[in-house]
Amino acid sequence: MPARYLPFGDAALVVELGDTINLEINRKVVAFNDAILKAEIHGVEELVPTYRSLLVRYDPLKTSYEQLVFRVKDLEATLEVSDVKVVGRKVTVPVVYGGEYGPDLGQVAKCHGLTEEQVVRLHSEREYRVYMLGFVAGFPYLGEVADQIATPRLETPRLKVPAGSVGIAEKQTGIYPCEAPGGWQIIGRTTIKLFDPLQQPPTPLSSGDTVKFKPILEAEYKTLLGK
Amino acid sequence: MRLFSVIKPGLFTTVQDLGRYGYLRFGVPISGAMDQFSLVAANVLVGNKPDDACLETTIVGPELQALGETQVAVTGANCSPRINGEDVPMWRTLQLQKDDTVSFGMMPTGCRAYLSIRGGVNTPLVLGSRSTYVRGGFGGLEGRRLRGDDVIEGFDVLPMDTGYSMPKQLVPQFSDHVKVRAVLGPQAEMFTGRGVDVFFSGLFRVSADADRMGYRLEGLRVELEGKADIVSDALLPGAVQIPKDGKPIIIMRDAQTTGGYPKIAVAIAADLSVLGQLKPRCSVTFFKVTLREAQERAREFFKLLKDLSSMLLRDR
Repeated sequence: MPARYLPFGDAALVVELGDTINLEINRKVVAFNDAILKAEIHGVEELVPTYRSLLVRYDPLKTSYEQLVFRVKDLEATLEVSDVKVVGRKVTVPVVYGGEYGPDLGQVAKCHGLTEEQVVRLHSEREYRVYMLGFVAGFPYLGEVADQIATPRLETPRLKVPAGSVGIAEKQTGIYPCEAPGGWQIIGRTTIKLFDPLQQPPTPLSSGDTVKFKPILEAEYKTLLGK
Repeated sequence: MRLFSVIKPGLFTTVQDLGRYGYLRFGVPISGAMDQFSLVAANVLVGNKPDDACLETTIVGPELQALGETQVAVTGANCSPRINGEDVPMWRTLQLQKDDTVSFGMMPTGCRAYLSIRGGVNTPLVLGSRSTYVRGGFGGLEGRRLRGDDVIEGFDVLPMDTGYSMPKQLVPQFSDHVKVRAVLGPQAEMFTGRGVDVFFSGLFRVSADADRMGYRLEGLRVELEGKADIVSDALLPGAVQIPKDGKPIIIMRDAQTTGGYPKIAVAIAADLSVLGQLKPRCSVTFFKVTLREAQERAREFFKLLKDLSSMLLRDR
């Protein structure tokens, strides 16, 4: 599917690569992102890669929508399949599953006729792609989990989900960087700090990176937390 | 350098500059002044850079005591500012002596006023900005609104040798009903013709659910053609989302950076400051403009912000 170019107000352009959660689409988004960065197009202020589209924020004093679309379409023609296959960094995320750290693990298991151990194995054996960051600062949307553990959101969202909580929503999994309200099924918790505004960049993850969860014991979690 | 002690914090007063740009892809909202025009005006009236940090105060202003001689300006919503209990004008340089108190009245129209301080409010730069993002807990004063025991720090700068005022024709008039120009949004095609017509002609009222993140509006239902959800993509201030209930949500400066509702329209950059002054029970009507016109207005608006300091009237 060729890219669709859509104006987003008078200071941004959306390059839409699809309308589903899909690995190929997201790869194209990241490839477009990298190509536009590399081309250093005059007037481009920042890029926001998401599941299925790339937002290009520009300065209307320096360029116009038409000029920008013209430049980006040029890049589209030269985007190579190899660019689309570029892989990001790999980050291992230690997680203590279940118990007080993962209050919904039992429910997720029950929902699919699995044991808690099976859910943990299914969740931690895969590598997940970071599709995008959003919701709250540093929250990574990861995908996709095995069909056997894909679970709808809670009927009533929690007012407070603790920082570090690892959750499942349908085929997505994600990590809460800070305490926030949320409806994801919480199955565990990590000690990794996912957002620190005093660091540059403020989060260790970017769209296109790979995350692998590593089950740890509560004792290890406490040791890591103490560090 | 200690410039003010906070006697009363006001309802919701935060440190804001023009915003935090370049971190949307990490989920960090732009934040910054809801009424960018008034922030820039406040700054240039005390000889600051247009993007220096000011105090943004909401509906009920704070009470502050000067800890030394300084100059300030008050812009934005009409808030009847007073120095030592005496009414003083807005939109001009005001001279303060040590121990002077600054206080504010109600805001009959508009929602947010700005207090600039000569040299700018000094808080640590966080990701390149001093803007407070309360939900994320960073920027400004420890990522929170002002408290009763706070001290406002500034920079050690020379006072200006003269004052300035804003020409009358440049002072915005605030109203309880505003007209906002908008272009069709990236998902406008997901709405019925009737839905788009209702959106661009109807009167929408700002509900009680209105803050720096966004405003939920009440009014005629904006009808979607089919499903109400999309796979999430990026949001920017000014975007208007329509969830399943057909009630528009205007995205403002502290909103989350991605969202899964279709965006029917995006308010033009030149009218975002007008939107930033809406409070609950105000009403808004959207007018459709072409992208070409929106870009023309954007260029005029950003040029005005850039040239504002040269358009001020010098005190005699």
